[in-house]
Amino acid sequence: MDTKRISLTVNGKIYEREVETRVNLVDFLRHDLGLTGSHVGCEHGVCGACTVLVDGVSTRGCLMFAAQADGAQVETIEGLAKDGKLNPLQESFWDLHGLQCGYCTPGVLMSLTEMLRDDLSPTETHVREVLSGHLCRCTGYQNIVAAALEAAKRYRESGQPV
Amino acid sequence: MKPAPFTYHSPRSVDEALSLLGSHENARLLAGGQSLVPMLNFRLASPDHLIDLTRIESLRGIREEGDEIVFGAMTRQRDIEFSSVIAERLPLMAEAVPQLGHRQTRNRGTIGGSLCHLDPSAELPTICMAMDASLEVLGPSGKRTVAMADFAQGMMTTALAAEDMLTAVRIRPWTGRYGHAFIEFARRHGDFAVASAAILIALDGAGTITRAVVALGGVGPVPLRVSAAEALLVGASAGPDAFGAAAAECAKVEALEDPTYPAWYRQHLAQTLAGRALKLAHERATGH
Repeated sequence: MDTKRISLTVNGKIYEREVETRVNLVDFLRHDLGLTGSHVGCEHGVCGACTVLVDGVSTRGCLMFAAQADGAQVETIEGLAKDGKLNPLQESFWDLHGLQCGYCTPGVLMSLTEMLRDDLSPTETHVREVLSGHLCRCTGYQNIVAAALEAAKRYRESGQPV
Repeated sequence: MKPAPFTYHSPRSVDEALSLLGSHENARLLAGGQSLVPMLNFRLASPDHLIDLTRIESLRGIREEGDEIVFGAMTRQRDIEFSSVIAERLPLMAEAVPQLGHRQTRNRGTIGGSLCHLDPSAELPTICMAMDASLEVLGPSGKRTVAMADFAQGMMTTALAAEDMLTAVRIRPWTGRYGHAFIEFARRHGDFAVASAAILIALDGAGTITRAVVALGGVGPVPLRVSAAEALLVGASAGPDAFGAAAAECAKVEALEDPTYPAWYRQHLAQTLAGRALKLAHERATGH
């Protein structure tokens, strides 16, 4: 079995692990680190459920090996709430019913986090383009778009960093 | 599914990567992984050795060299999308890249990976075919340059030998009075395009077409240049008559047939998209 020793930061915490090199990043997060918030859907980069941020940019967790994340800064859904309090993006999803079954939500929120850090006044077109990389089979997307735009407004008004 | 076991290598230089490739049986180079890793996950590919090029710094980046733009093979699609040099000097490529996959896949996918995977409907091979790109290849016998037209040999088949590696892509931007357009048709944004058209036309002061490129993606097994359409355009007066005749040539190319899309449908799309793209390129060339 080919393994590699890696050290990476996930949600601000440093982890050192020996990983089998064929294990992808999202399986590593879920099985080795117990961070089961990131979901696994299609395993070929289409559904977006496994999306996490790697060095600040949205990345398919199923299309990258954990061994490749050596030295990386990874952010997952578990890092969004602070001290048990949902962040404004999560609150907007709660308030505007931006999810139903919730399977796609962790990936959606990570891509929207990337978008909001870059653009606090996104157009609906921009939001929909970002969401094109995520499949949601419950909501019909309308409430996801509404929640993303509401989150941008709340961040603009509060001045809180994304 | 999960990939079959392999030995992972992470070389730090091109020489190291080539030596690994030459000394291991059944080895594959890993670029951005947005096409190869799905194939590994589904066990459509089962290499014994995976040679990851991610940490080879010299393979990344866009630079201007004389009248050419040179892309390191590991330049990420994201870097092309946000490059001011590309926006200014290669607007055809700048128009195509945002239609390529999704934000989340462009963040890791590379130009070299896309060219080596050579999916018939992929955007970057189509743009490289339209721009007559030169590809730098390094192999056991040294460095050579391959024209994009020779690189694309058949359905997902390149001119690379087992021990070869694509290192850079060179493109010479058009200058002067010209217009560009890239239009694709996909069922959903980010899906593989059913067909696409990439157009470049240059005009003289009287509105006569002096140079023309008509390239189609997704129609044939590799991106195509429609030379009959280009021949009709050059020397013609830019306008609906010339564009209609050139677009009609696009319906005559031999097209892929599959259970979802019959050949006649791809041919029809090729004609429609080429017609629209010619009109748009002309509007851009003339500033209205």
